[in-house]
Amino acid sequence: MIAEIGHFVLVMAFGVALVQAFIPLWALYRGQSYGRDLAKRAAQLQVILLAISFAALTYGFLRSDFSLLIVYANSHEAKPWIYKFAGVWGNHEGSMLLWTLILAAYGAFFAQRAVALPDRFATMVLVVQGWLGSAFLAFLLFTSNPFARLLPAPFAGRGLTPILQDPALAAHPPLLYAGYVGFSMSFAFAIAVLTTDQPSRDWAKWMRPWILAAWIFLTLGIALGSFWAYYELGWGGFWFWDPVENASLMPWLSGTALLHSALVAERRDTLKRWTLLLAILTFSLSLAGTFLVRSGVLTSVHAFANDPERGIFILAILALFTGGALALYGRYLPRLSEDRSFAPVSREGLLLANNIFLAAATMTVFIGTIYPLVLDALDLGKISVGAPYFNTVFGPLTLPFIILLPLGPLLTWQAGRLIAPLNALLIAALASLLLVLGLWITQAGVPLIALLLIGGAVWLSLGALADLAQRLRPYGWQLVRQPWRLPATAFSAPLAHAGLAIMIIGVIAASMWQSETVVAAKAGETMEVAGRQLRFDGVREVEGPNYQAEQGQISYLSGPHQGKVLLPERRFYQAERGQTTEAAITSDISGHLYAVIGEAVAEKRVLRLWFHPLVALIWIGALLMALGGGFALRARMSKTGQGAA
Amino acid sequence: MTPKQTRMAAIFAGLGFLLIAATVALTALEDNIVFFRSPSELAAKPVAPGTVLRIGGLVSEGSVTRDGLRAAFEVTDLSETIAVTYEGMLPDLFREGQGVVTEGRFDGNGMFIADTVLAKHDETYMPPEVADALKASGKWVPATETGGVQ
Repeated sequence: MIAEIGHFVLVMAFGVALVQAFIPLWALYRGQSYGRDLAKRAAQLQVILLAISFAALTYGFLRSDFSLLIVYANSHEAKPWIYKFAGVWGNHEGSMLLWTLILAAYGAFFAQRAVALPDRFATMVLVVQGWLGSAFLAFLLFTSNPFARLLPAPFAGRGLTPILQDPALAAHPPLLYAGYVGFSMSFAFAIAVLTTDQPSRDWAKWMRPWILAAWIFLTLGIALGSFWAYYELGWGGFWFWDPVENASLMPWLSGTALLHSALVAERRDTLKRWTLLLAILTFSLSLAGTFLVRSGVLTSVHAFANDPERGIFILAILALFTGGALALYGRYLPRLSEDRSFAPVSREGLLLANNIFLAAATMTVFIGTIYPLVLDALDLGKISVGAPYFNTVFGPLTLPFIILLPLGPLLTWQAGRLIAPLNALLIAALASLLLVLGLWITQAGVPLIALLLIGGAVWLSLGALADLAQRLRPYGWQLVRQPWRLPATAFSAPLAHAGLAIMIIGVIAASMWQSETVVAAKAGETMEVAGRQLRFDGVREVEGPNYQAEQGQISYLSGPHQGKVLLPERRFYQAERGQTTEAAITSDISGHLYAVIGEAVAEKRVLRLWFHPLVALIWIGALLMALGGGFALRARMSKTGQGAA
Repeated sequence: MTPKQTRMAAIFAGLGFLLIAATVALTALEDNIVFFRSPSELAAKPVAPGTVLRIGGLVSEGSVTRDGLRAAFEVTDLSETIAVTYEGMLPDLFREGQGVVTEGRFDGNGMFIADTVLAKHDETYMPPEVADALKASGKWVPATETGGVQ
């Protein structure tokens, strides 16, 4: 019964989305004024209906109602409630319902907040949101109905893939989707700018908080996914250049470019055309990511479904929205006021350079991700493009990017002079050069590009400090007396840029100086990993809530962790007939000691041990970036009073 | 220069940079692609020793032997078979009769030395490459694909 209500309100939401998509547009066309109000009400109603529908599905999962097909296929009675709940989006249908719910939530939030925006503009944004909502609701109802029944109901479900039963993975999809879908707002803004003839450059100011919000969510979502892959897959790596990871990295890279170009559009009334194009492309890349992940064209844990009909439907949505938006872009671009010209040595000049590098990075990821798919589709052979390609390309792209980066915030807008930032950064330059030289002499065998990147990251972090100092200088004593009254803008860019530097140091250190040991050990055998003395004590059986595990015990014989133990597990999930590896990690300031146990070979046990120096900096860096974004968002909200979008 | 000329110069500089980046990317791509071959394809058209490639199929029943960290097994698409050795830790769901994809190279004696062994995430999942290899060899049984629903 509850499920029928869920299904029914989903159909109603589709109807409401269609109303939101077309009737206000008609009103706009006829010059009548009811459009905005209608669009607002429709957006609000849509989010309420979708929330009811989502709640109904959640109820089905929590109650283990196996008469629902997706509950049967993805859940099991004997599962902790948190994973029953997370199971709602641990499958294709439920995750698309979550996607649509987040889309509607953004639309309704905009309708609520955008009081101060001009009528025609706000209406058009909501109309575009209505188009997107209609398309995704049609996709849900016609190809991926989450409320499909299975009668007679089976007694037990098939369970959720065990590696997805993890707290990080419960939060990863909602965060990632909030990022992907958030870029639908800048997309809708771009369409509204193009079609409603916005004379001023204010739209860039209106657009920025939405870009920031989407970017923060996407940053956190990707970081969480990477962290999960690191500790749950037991492969010891943090990024595998898997097509599914790349699918989220592409909108992140172009979204980062968009974040910076919108700043130029807002402040300097230039790069407007490029900003609008980026807004369209970033959301298209989000849609393409959804297509790649959801259509089953990729081999991965994310490929829930292999139904070609769904792939074609999403591809059609992608083609329609990207193609349609680009057509509007071509048609209405000439109406946009001219971009102002500017000097190459200025803050906007450096921001343009930032955009060129980020666009190039997006393109190289795109090429490496799409090429195997194209070859396969044309029947020219099956290939895979792995980490070596991406590492070869990303090193040389990142280095000049981070060398130029600190100059940007220290230059003034319009016509800047290089002498001021170079003075401020003289010590930073010397320090990083000395560091590279020192590493080059002592670390034979490490590629030069890796050492240069470390030097670059140190230069970047010192540059972020100089930027922070410059931003705080006007506040003098307030720094000490009332630090909480300092403006949020002082911290945004310095934090985000320092976060990038810290992440790069973590990536290079963990890739270049990691050490790995694989041994087959008897109980009582000792071993050494990166200078740490360890003993394998043996394996015991452990009982979990819905799994049995073999738990290995490895103790530290010396050093600061002496007496501590590592307890890696191999878990067997009876209901799902699946198995997972749970790594055991000891974390300290120097890095992670990471242990995994494998299968038994005769009376021995295979053990795999890594030392990952400074690896935690990768995720700490990502958190700092998101925090920097948060400060920027906070500054924007307080500046515009009501935060009128 | 007039503003218009400056703008054109900026656009061309940007495009030029993207072009260079694309060229570098494509060159890197050429050096780093890894082909996937099924056992039947390899029997028909052998690959030179030392070339990195991926092979996939089912792990032959009764073929797995272990000696400490060294594992030897056979990968089959049910018409042809490749002998594989691997040193290290096998993935959780590596089993006889199950799908597997391995990356590595042939030595001079026709033995495939694997650097990585990828198995699937759960027992009902079949890597599409393996499914395609089985289809190509005519040994595909649809019921084994997803184990039921969907």
